[in-house]
Amino acid sequence: MVATERMDALTTEAPGWRRDRLRPAARLLGIRVLIAVPVTLAVSVGMFGVAALSPLDPLAAYLGDNYQFATQSQREAMRAAYDLDQPWWEAWWHWLTAALQGDLGWSSTQSLPVSTVLAERMPFTLGLSGTALLLGAVIALVLGCVAGMRGGTVDRLCNSFAVAFAAVPPFVMSLALVTVFAVGLRWFPTSGARPPGGDHTGAGLLTYSVLPLSALVVSQIPWLLLATRAAVLEARDSDAVRAVRARGVHGWPLLRAHIAPVSVLPTLALIGTRLPELIAGAAIVETVFGWPGVAAVLVDAAVALDFSLSAALTVGAALAVLLGSAFSDAAAVALDPRIGLRA
Amino acid sequence: MSTLVLSRRAVTGWPWLLLAAIVVAAVAVPLGAGEQLADFSRALQPPSAAHPAGTDHFGYDLLIRTAQGLQISLLTAASCAVVATVLGALIGVGSALAGGWVDAAVMRVVDGVNALPHLVVGIVIAAMWRGEPLAIIASIGLTHWPAVARVVRAELLAVTDAGWVQTSRLAGASRWFIARHHLVPTVTGQAVVAMVMLLPHAVWHESTLSFLGVGLSPDRASLGTLLGQARGNILAGAWWTLVVPAGSLILTALSFAAAASETRRRSEPPSGRVW
Repeated sequence: MVATERMDALTTEAPGWRRDRLRPAARLLGIRVLIAVPVTLAVSVGMFGVAALSPLDPLAAYLGDNYQFATQSQREAMRAAYDLDQPWWEAWWHWLTAALQGDLGWSSTQSLPVSTVLAERMPFTLGLSGTALLLGAVIALVLGCVAGMRGGTVDRLCNSFAVAFAAVPPFVMSLALVTVFAVGLRWFPTSGARPPGGDHTGAGLLTYSVLPLSALVVSQIPWLLLATRAAVLEARDSDAVRAVRARGVHGWPLLRAHIAPVSVLPTLALIGTRLPELIAGAAIVETVFGWPGVAAVLVDAAVALDFSLSAALTVGAALAVLLGSAFSDAAAVALDPRIGLRA
Repeated sequence: MSTLVLSRRAVTGWPWLLLAAIVVAAVAVPLGAGEQLADFSRALQPPSAAHPAGTDHFGYDLLIRTAQGLQISLLTAASCAVVATVLGALIGVGSALAGGWVDAAVMRVVDGVNALPHLVVGIVIAAMWRGEPLAIIASIGLTHWPAVARVVRAELLAVTDAGWVQTSRLAGASRWFIARHHLVPTVTGQAVVAMVMLLPHAVWHESTLSFLGVGLSPDRASLGTLLGQARGNILAGAWWTLVVPAGSLILTALSFAAAASETRRRSEPPSGRVW
């Protein structure tokens, strides 16, 4: 028994993956998920409290011009239908109990149940953001490794690229892409995900997603590139790697077996903690390009005081961010023995 | 020796010089241009000798309007950074001084607020008080204090345990003396660094909110509002509505980033040097 365990420890000695780190990582994950529950609840309470403080009347926003034509009793009925006649904590309790049973309310801007809006739009958001994150991570890791290993001009180029593009807000990048590639060169459509009146097709989705995807990818690269580069540099100059280099290991084997495990893997584990940036980027890019995702309706919902939808989106985003950082930290503990465990 | 120090100082000071130039331009250009009136007969004109940056769809000169927008963006961002820094410093110092379970609880709250998707929360808050500069400042200031609180708390705890403070204490210095001569300068330094680092983020945040239409209204146009208008105009081929506002936004962000990294470099924790 003991012998097999020792064998296990030996065979899993492969860099970056150690079974004895899994248990603390799982414990950390459990604690963080447990913490995420009250924090998410607090966020939803905060949302309802802030909405109650707002000077704007949601009913007037729902009804628009029709507000002045509605009779007093019609207004009362509408208020009751939207739970606006209750104090905010009762409305919150209503919302919470219904949400736990899967009923997220009615979206006044989309004229659909919130759960239907999410179900219809979530695939577009996950597809766009997921692809952007994947592409951005691959490009940033490769460039970061090259910059860190090579140094010199390549390094300076990568560094200035990252610093410069970190200063370009995603909406400016989106507008620039539209100006050059959609309006100027007419290579790609300006917005949407299908031709007007047409259906979603694979080829159509590809053409329509090129510009939003590029904007999102470019917004994700800089920090990851800089983080990878710094980690690779630190690893390259460490005593351990120096010793390995002195034994004559160079190039790809050096990077793969000695530098990447202590620099690239931990950096990769950071991605989950940067979900807020990805969500912000998705909200901006989807809005500018009229991408039919979840984030595109966020601004509309907030402006039209469509509280059911914006509450669901905000609480959902908060939960996603908390879970992302929990998984990220757990992965970091599992991958990097240098990280001590403090939940 | 002295020339070497001087020249290094001159080289490292350039981000601040650039920032100063940006601020001066933002203040001086609108002052020099006088009152601007909307004139639809010259709407959306491409750059020319009379309007080097072209005109927007109200017929305003874009160079002057960008300078005005920059002024408002900088003012809003500075207010946000000050609010977040003061709040963060107070909470960080309070938490570090209280210690024990209060400290632990406050740090959990800090984690919680830090974990919020700031832009999403900002959009919802700003939309509920649409066009109110105070709501924008609050929505950014109230979500960004945790970073400051964390830095200030960590610094305060580190300094309290530092050898030179212990020495001072052993030499008979009173609590008040230590607070005034050792703790306050360190914490202030860290708070200032945190504030400078927050500034570019605050500019980014405010312009994004305004761009999305939940920020400042067009009569108090910030850079974000101008870019929000450019979003429609570029589809009509008016690329110049994008170039100057976007360029000044990027330049501002770059010089803030450079200034922030320089400030951070200068205020590296004291290595043997007593403040």
